Amino acid sequence: MIGLPFLYAIAGLLFAGWAGLTLVDRANPKRFGSAIFWGLLAVSFLFGDRLGDLGNGILVLALVAIAGTGKLGRGSPPTSAPDEREASSRRHGNRLFLPALIVPATALIGSLALAHLTIDKVPLVEAKQVTLVSLGLGTIIAIAVILIWLRPPLLAPLHEGRRLVEAVGWAIILPQMLASLGAVFAAAGVGQIIGGLASAVIPDGVRFIAVIAFTLGMAGFTMVMGNAFAAFPVMMAAIGLPVLVGQLHGDPAIVAAVGMLAGFCGTLLTPMAANFNIVPAALLELDDRNAVIKAQVATALPLLAFNTLLIWGLAFR
Amino acid sequence: MSLWPLIGIAIVILGFALRLNPLLVVVAAALASGVAAGLAPLAVVAAFGKAFNTNRYVSAPWIILPVIGLLERAGLRERARDVIAGTAAATTGRLLLAYLLLRQLTSAVGLTAIGGHAQTVRPLLAPMAEAAAARTDPAITDAGRQRIRALAAATDNIGMFFGEDIFLAVASILLIKGFLEANGIIIAPLQLSVWAIPTAIAAFGIHGVRLWRLDKRLARQ
Repeated sequence: MIGLPFLYAIAGLLFAGWAGLTLVDRANPKRFGSAIFWGLLAVSFLFGDRLGDLGNGILVLALVAIAGTGKLGRGSPPTSAPDEREASSRRHGNRLFLPALIVPATALIGSLALAHLTIDKVPLVEAKQVTLVSLGLGTIIAIAVILIWLRPPLLAPLHEGRRLVEAVGWAIILPQMLASLGAVFAAAGVGQIIGGLASAVIPDGVRFIAVIAFTLGMAGFTMVMGNAFAAFPVMMAAIGLPVLVGQLHGDPAIVAAVGMLAGFCGTLLTPMAANFNIVPAALLELDDRNAVIKAQVATALPLLAFNTLLIWGLAFR
Repeated sequence: MSLWPLIGIAIVILGFALRLNPLLVVVAAALASGVAAGLAPLAVVAAFGKAFNTNRYVSAPWIILPVIGLLERAGLRERARDVIAGTAAATTGRLLLAYLLLRQLTSAVGLTAIGGHAQTVRPLLAPMAEAAAARTDPAITDAGRQRIRALAAATDNIGMFFGEDIFLAVASILLIKGFLEANGIIIAPLQLSVWAIPTAIAAFGIHGVRLWRLDKRLARQ
């Protein structure tokens, strides 16, 4: 059965390759710190399951120490010059879009077909991981096609990948770090405390205020946790079920479904949702780390108001 | 109930507000909240390490970077730019609006993996949107270009968030169903996902009006 270990092996080898190339890149003023950073990520992907919890924790502390003290730098991986790119773009024309479609197409076919493939009644791909495994397969196919068609140097996939991963920098592990912070917050009981506080501030029986407290609570707690999934059980247990459904007889399907979407509005407003808001700012080389959030505010706030009105207007018919 | 475990939240808000390195902020917040809840510091480090290891799948999609880099090397961004520059009808607003619709529709049938910041925004959507903006407003500044790129990323997020919940088998619908079931309320996923449709339409309308006004603003300059 193909699952996450397959994907982690690819990722581990990739990061190991980037670590090696970084170590010999004299153009990077911080090549030792940077090589250790990418090397530790390779270790995490390849051997993470054998390190033990404390071992993984120490690995994280080392990653944070390198990035937090500014020991992670950028080198100059070899790539094509601007005029070479213009020439290549004219020579290959719109056919250049085709390899870009391989990964999405594999994801599409994979999610439709891979889930049903079995060998001796054992599913070929772990059902929960079909999307990620398809992504891995698509990547391999796309690299092979590009190598055969465009004939770049054999090391070019590693060099070009390193160029991009260096552009993103430490932000590359921020989403994973925030997911882990969520786990520690859960162990510390942060959710229950917030839920207790939220349910204490609502006056009895005032429908509109209770709805506002629920949707604002969903958006606000999502902003804190970076993830509507973490906020949903807390706010539903604090306000949604006992007040909106229990006391005020709201329709649980509307309260729950639209409440989750109110949380998504919060996701658009917070740096804690790093993979949606902070990573793209790095990937698109924006000077302002919060530029993507600023571009989302004017959509997220009216939409939050819409969701509030939707519950208020339709859940209590 | 002690409020001290909330100190991690205060550290996160303060740390992001002061623009400290977010990785340091996250570790400090985890340690503070964990210790305030009565855990030993080493136990917090171990709990964090365990969660970091289980959450590796969050970072695994980065393996796509070599593909994107190879295509950029071959001039994909230049190609995307030229295609838009040669299509007079493709303004920034219309382009992003079409992408928004496509992203919402594909997410609504469960195909969220088709788009994304590394897959589509950086190599295709951002250079296209920039090229269209530069044609409408030839004097566009670098700051103006950055705002267009940020809006391209925002459009990808909004399209996915407010499309995916229409799909029955998406994680959030399953989470809602599971939570309600645990509390004795049985609801079919379809009853939940139909309630994602009004908000999906509102998201298209609100963001669409903003994109339409962007074209007006660019043309005025």
